[in-house]
Amino acid sequence: MAKRSKREVGVNSAPMADIAFLLLIFFLVTTTIATNKGLMLQLPPKPDPNQPPPDINKNKRNIFKVLVNSQDRLLVEEEPLNDVRKLRKMVKEFVLNFGKPDQESIQLYNTLPNSLRRLTRKDPNSSDSPGEAVVSFKTDRGTSYEMYMAVLDELQGAYYEIYGDRVGISADEFRDLDRRDPDAKRKYEEAREGIPMAISIAEPSKVGE
Amino acid sequence: MSKFKKKANTSQEIPTSSLPDIIFMLLFFFMVTTVLRENEILVKQNIPKATQLRKLEKKSLVSHLYIGKPRQPEVYGTEPKIQANDAFISTDDIVLWVNQEKDKLFEDERDQITISLKVDVETKMGIISDVQQELREANARKVLYASIRSVDTD
Repeated sequence: MAKRSKREVGVNSAPMADIAFLLLIFFLVTTTIATNKGLMLQLPPKPDPNQPPPDINKNKRNIFKVLVNSQDRLLVEEEPLNDVRKLRKMVKEFVLNFGKPDQESIQLYNTLPNSLRRLTRKDPNSSDSPGEAVVSFKTDRGTSYEMYMAVLDELQGAYYEIYGDRVGISADEFRDLDRRDPDAKRKYEEAREGIPMAISIAEPSKVGE
Repeated sequence: MSKFKKKANTSQEIPTSSLPDIIFMLLFFFMVTTVLRENEILVKQNIPKATQLRKLEKKSLVSHLYIGKPRQPEVYGTEPKIQANDAFISTDDIVLWVNQEKDKLFEDERDQITISLKVDVETKMGIISDVQQELREANARKVLYASIRSVDTD
């Protein structure tokens, strides 16, 4: 039997932290936390070549027109608008106008909370009822994507705020409702009942590109 | 003075033996959250900011299209281009590409495919509307304009 030396045999673990640091920094630098967030939009179905395009005889008062030209200037309901953020309130007032409501939309009106009823102006030149109201958004081929997103953000924001108010939650909470959860799904459907998010994206005009 | 000279006999070093454990914990966190890029993005990507963001419910149903000016203008020119997977495609190829992406999904989920458009802010609407027309043609009608949360100003 050879005599063992009395020296310690443990591995020096001090550099382990350095190695771990090195790896940590590598992963810190390469990490891109996946962000699958954005503005959701449902495109219309493609036109059927066998059927002529449906006649659209909506009253002008039921259409809220938003135009953006190639210089990124806004034209809302035939009048220029400088501040995009004003759009949200205008859309909310337009949708909840109830100018000429039928039986169904009177019932709908009665279910609305006070915060939304306050927006109702019963203007005969604005939308008849939320079910009829359509927001038409038209751009030019030269419009910047940034402007398009800013306007779309406001338009959708107006609807989400209405939906949220209807079920007593904020717009943020409404958007985060998880539709796989039956309770949240019920809330989601209750909020959208009778007020469809009718944002129509028209094909852009061809002025500047 | 001898009063102050008395000091406790404890060691003043901080024990560093638990440091690697802490670092390892951080390391594992980043290792798990890291998604290594499968394909290199060849276009500029300065994603616009918005407030009304929605999260996607099912990640497997998403396919990405990247639109913007090429990062290497001397090779690919300065006009905005569409990138799918790892190559540029023209607008006419989008229908084909969508169908290839749909084939990767289960049959009952094919009509729920969502196209995430990652578009640079400098892009004009012309190319985007062309892409949208093609997506309608390909019957992939759910679109997500990828964007980053902006800090609310009001």
